[in-house]
Amino acid sequence: MSPKTTGSLTLKVNGSDRSLSVDHRVTLLDALREHLDLTGTKRGCDHGQCGACTVLIDGRRVLSCLQLAIALEGRSVTTIEGLAKGDELHPMQQAFLSLDGYQCGYCTPGQICSAVGVLQEHAEGWPSAVTENVAVSTKLTNAEIRERMSGNLCRCAAYVHIVEAVASVAAAQHEQQGERSGGTP
Amino acid sequence: MKPFEYAAAASVEEAVALLADPASRLLSGGTNLVDLMKLGVERPSVLVDTRRLALNNIEVRPDGAVEIGATVTNSDLAAHPEIRRRFPAITQAVLAGASGQIRNMATVGGNLLQRTRCSYFTDVASACNKRVPGSGCPAIRSERDGYAILGTSSHCIAVHPSDLCVALAAFDAVVSFVSRDGAGEIPLVDLHVPVGDTPHVETALPRSALITRVTVPPASAASRSRYRKVRERASYAFALASIAAALEVREGIVREARLAFGGVASRPWRARQAERVLVGARADAEIFARAVDAELAAANPRAEETYKVELMRNLAVSVLAEIVGESK
Repeated sequence: MSPKTTGSLTLKVNGSDRSLSVDHRVTLLDALREHLDLTGTKRGCDHGQCGACTVLIDGRRVLSCLQLAIALEGRSVTTIEGLAKGDELHPMQQAFLSLDGYQCGYCTPGQICSAVGVLQEHAEGWPSAVTENVAVSTKLTNAEIRERMSGNLCRCAAYVHIVEAVASVAAAQHEQQGERSGGTP
Repeated sequence: MKPFEYAAAASVEEAVALLADPASRLLSGGTNLVDLMKLGVERPSVLVDTRRLALNNIEVRPDGAVEIGATVTNSDLAAHPEIRRRFPAITQAVLAGASGQIRNMATVGGNLLQRTRCSYFTDVASACNKRVPGSGCPAIRSERDGYAILGTSSHCIAVHPSDLCVALAAFDAVVSFVSRDGAGEIPLVDLHVPVGDTPHVETALPRSALITRVTVPPASAASRSRYRKVRERASYAFALASIAAALEVREGIVREARLAFGGVASRPWRARQAERVLVGARADAEIFARAVDAELAAANPRAEETYKVELMRNLAVSVLAEIVGESK
């Protein structure tokens, strides 16, 4: 009997259940682009080194080029296509537009998905390598943003505006939270 | 990539049974394995997925030891309040490695078993004693640099790339596993075996072994520990040299010393010679230098890595001084 090297799975992608029949070698990146026509996620290096393929799985940013699709049964994937609500852009997308956070745009979907992940991680109090005292939570300074985004390369070097875009969304979220809790800093 | 079967193991016993096939490999985060499969370095016939095995908890025992499940992600380990407060060098070591996305995928078990990033090992067109026993070691005579200065042999000079293992080595972590012969455990410092003339043999684990958890015993010096990494970029690069250190100093005398080196050795390097010099001595820069020199006396760098001796020395002295300075 020949070995079974293909399989089926159901994946929730941007809110919809999608059924896939794949060779086990198909990565999530392959599945998104080739099987599901979601070409927003880009193949940069295909070896987990550039971050262009970054998507969110169950809210956590990961590299889709190193995820085997067959291993993701029942998981929930959010791609760049899934961030907007209809015509209403996600604040991170809007910030990249308003603050000119890209040039060629190739790394941009990965940058935006990664940045969304960064803000969530920071909101949960995660430290980073530049955090002075890892025992306590820290402010999201530009140094923190740069460190947390270090897995997303940009050969056009749009880094300065990328950091400003991420910082602006963080500041706006921080303000909103302040308003919700009665304006106490 | 070679086609393979895939099994999401539902139990440790099932995983161990599947591992009886020598062409099987464990899949956790996949951040090293999937990359090596794309490169053709790893060509498994079966992938055994560990992530349904309920090994993803961190528990603190009544005696203060911390039990870390093998499929805990790097990120969850680094962010855990107990680790951050009582073993900051572990958090710092994890955060010094890879990128945010990779840390969200990579697991503790996978980190322990990750392979070297030597560019000859990862190139199937190249000879490599680790990948193809007896084929030779092109690194030894090459102009590429960044190789090991400790624990090398004429067969292999590759560096062990893990940051986490260095911190775990400093804290006497113990690795628990299950194999066909039942449960077992091994100190982390003994997990990775000396290179000798068999660089293709990397660990002391028995056949079909599945790492289930890593236990870090309590240590009073640990809460003032540090991990520092020196590399050519500010982030997202492997170490040229790194150190995990913890010191307990009372009345100016070193009572407890824990030191481990990374980026410079074939395996996570517990610096016992250095610790022997430190314990009982007055805590000052002179003793720090003497201690590190004692450890580095065994260093055997090629010309391309001579700089690592001085780098490691200065790094260690600096970090030890920082720890002592903060204790005041």
